Amino acid sequence: MNGAVGASDTAAGPDGSELDRLREIARRIRVEVIRSVHHARAGHLGGPLSAADLLAALYFHELRVRAEEPRWEDRDRFILSKGHSSIALYAAMALRGYFPIEELLTFDGAHSRLQGHPDMTRLPGLDMSTGSLGMGISAGMGMALGARLTARDVRVYVMLGDGECQEGEVWEAAMAATRYRLDNLVVIVDHNRLQQYGWPGEGPDGRTPPQAPGELVAKWQAFGWRVLHIDGHDMASILDAFARARAGDGRPIAIVADTVKGKGVPFMEGRFFWHTRPIKPEEYEQAMRELGEPVLGAPAPEVTR
Amino acid sequence: MTVMMGRPQREVFGETVAALADDDRRVVVVDGDVGSSTRADIFEKAHPDRYLQMGIAEQNMLGVAAGLATMGLVPFISTFVAFAVVRPLDQVRVLIAQPSANVKITPSYGGLFTGQTGMSHIIVDDIAIMRSLPNMPVIVPADDTEAAAALRWAGAHEGPVYIRLGRDATPRVFDPGHPFRFGRAEVVREGSDVTLVSTGAQTARTLEAAVLLAADGVSAHVLHIGTVKPLDVEAVVAAAERTGRVITVEEGTVIGGLGGAVAEALGEHRPTRVHRIGLRDVDVQSGPNDALLDIYGLSGIRVAEQVRSILAF
Ligand SMILES: Cc1ncc(C[n+]2csc(CCOP(=O)(O)OP(=O)(O)O)c2C)c(N)n1
Repeated sequence: MNGAVGASDTAAGPDGSELDRLREIARRIRVEVIRSVHHARAGHLGGPLSAADLLAALYFHELRVRAEEPRWEDRDRFILSKGHSSIALYAAMALRGYFPIEELLTFDGAHSRLQGHPDMTRLPGLDMSTGSLGMGISAGMGMALGARLTARDVRVYVMLGDGECQEGEVWEAAMAATRYRLDNLVVIVDHNRLQQYGWPGEGPDGRTPPQAPGELVAKWQAFGWRVLHIDGHDMASILDAFARARAGDGRPIAIVADTVKGKGVPFMEGRFFWHTRPIKPEEYEQAMRELGEPVLGAPAPEVTR
Repeated sequence: MTVMMGRPQREVFGETVAALADDDRRVVVVDGDVGSSTRADIFEKAHPDRYLQMGIAEQNMLGVAAGLATMGLVPFISTFVAFAVVRPLDQVRVLIAQPSANVKITPSYGGLFTGQTGMSHIIVDDIAIMRSLPNMPVIVPADDTEAAAALRWAGAHEGPVYIRLGRDATPRVFDPGHPFRFGRAEVVREGSDVTLVSTGAQTARTLEAAVLLAADGVSAHVLHIGTVKPLDVEAVVAAAERTGRVITVEEGTVIGGLGGAVAEALGEHRPTRVHRIGLRDVDVQSGPNDALLDIYGLSGIRVAEQVRSILAF
């Protein structure tokens, strides 16, 4: 397997090669997601795949972090509030050099540092434990407030799902963060228009999207946030939004990123049942082909559970 | 019998945490819009920049505290016990207890004394709930002296702590300056016929019961449990061995509370019959403090009555 990839050290705006580099990292995150979930025969797929481009941009371009010093005090913080997408975060971290890529194959196993949902007590580099939806933003708000109280230049990024935004706590935090003018707090909503099951309707896969079109943008604006609405699979737009988010105007920032659940693997795209589901061997090979990745060696052994 | 009243534990909270913050820049108070009740307002006056109002949003409040702790701050929570323990329990479980976040959950209005507010504000199962969480010490101070000392201990301790504080003045059990020893029970009265084990402000009333029992010729040994978790098993076993009969007394549910903890420990280490005095799976209501103590059998007189009838068996 390939080794870790270095972060960008160019200060100037991203050129075409930087965009290509990040796109390739996003593709590799998707490959590792498929490989790990297939190997574990457990875990989520749709949400990790929709978040891959955003995570590539965060871990390889935007976040001021040190993989070799994960507890560096002045690092930017990242919280995956939609903790069920953990495998995409682990893949990004492994590629960035936090731990060996081979360790991804321990995902979801007993004694693994890569728990089904992020457990900060087990893996250095995880800034918060998550998995019970709706909480990450509160913790992120505490970090943003803490950075201010301790006079540290730290930005805090929190990724939420659009379904997760149904949790009341999200809006408790949204109200309080405005009150404290936390413009070092950036929420990224992975707006893939599907949740786990939801309601039947006219959206993707015959389901009703967790939020009506335009609803999230309007809500975050109504709560006093600065909203940037982007295509969450367009690397140039993602980097541009992150760059704009850096310029604070007193308001916390919500990046509403339109995405496709299952992105990158066409037969998983926009299908709610790929939220979490084991992959059959032939599906695994097809997914890898579609991601442009050769299937190395034999697929993982068949296990009945 | 002359009873020396202590100061309300909530006032002690505001003052002690403010004093802690004088010396420790990391200390902050996170309030859920009840600072004028919990006396976090005392802290706010002393340290306005470190008083963080979260509004009426307890789930967010506990999550924010967890985030603050990761940035090296030491948040003390200001709300009522009823709103600190149950509504944000999932946040406490996932963001504070499990990862051992350095958050001090220090609500007041614990037990029955909530200013005649009734069932929504009285929570009797906080000890049972909090002691079931991983990494979470549970402290229930007897009086103002122990509350102040426990809060100071919590400020210096790295990791989560739950301290149940009271709203109203209750009798003083410990002289000012009496040290708080985390995880250690205290014999507050020596006796030989029956062992009474109690916690929190109930200990003063249990002592009152012991005085009444003494008049009847019953010698009660009284053990105060300031730290319910980790329980001082050695002291509980020793107190049980001393008299052979154990009765727990608590201002809370007997299901999983102090009575549960003591019964578990004795069942494992020295099987002893344990009777539990406290709320027995009943609902609660508003009313003056003395009326509630009478109704739920927790006044000194009512405890003495129940002990007598248990011993008569
Ligand atoms: C509090 C809570 N309730 C329910 C769940 C179960 N659950 C896990 S993922 C999910 C759907 C999340 O949807 P969304 O936020 O849109 O995420 P995505 O579509 O990106 O996977 C649900 C209901 C949970 N993890 N936490």
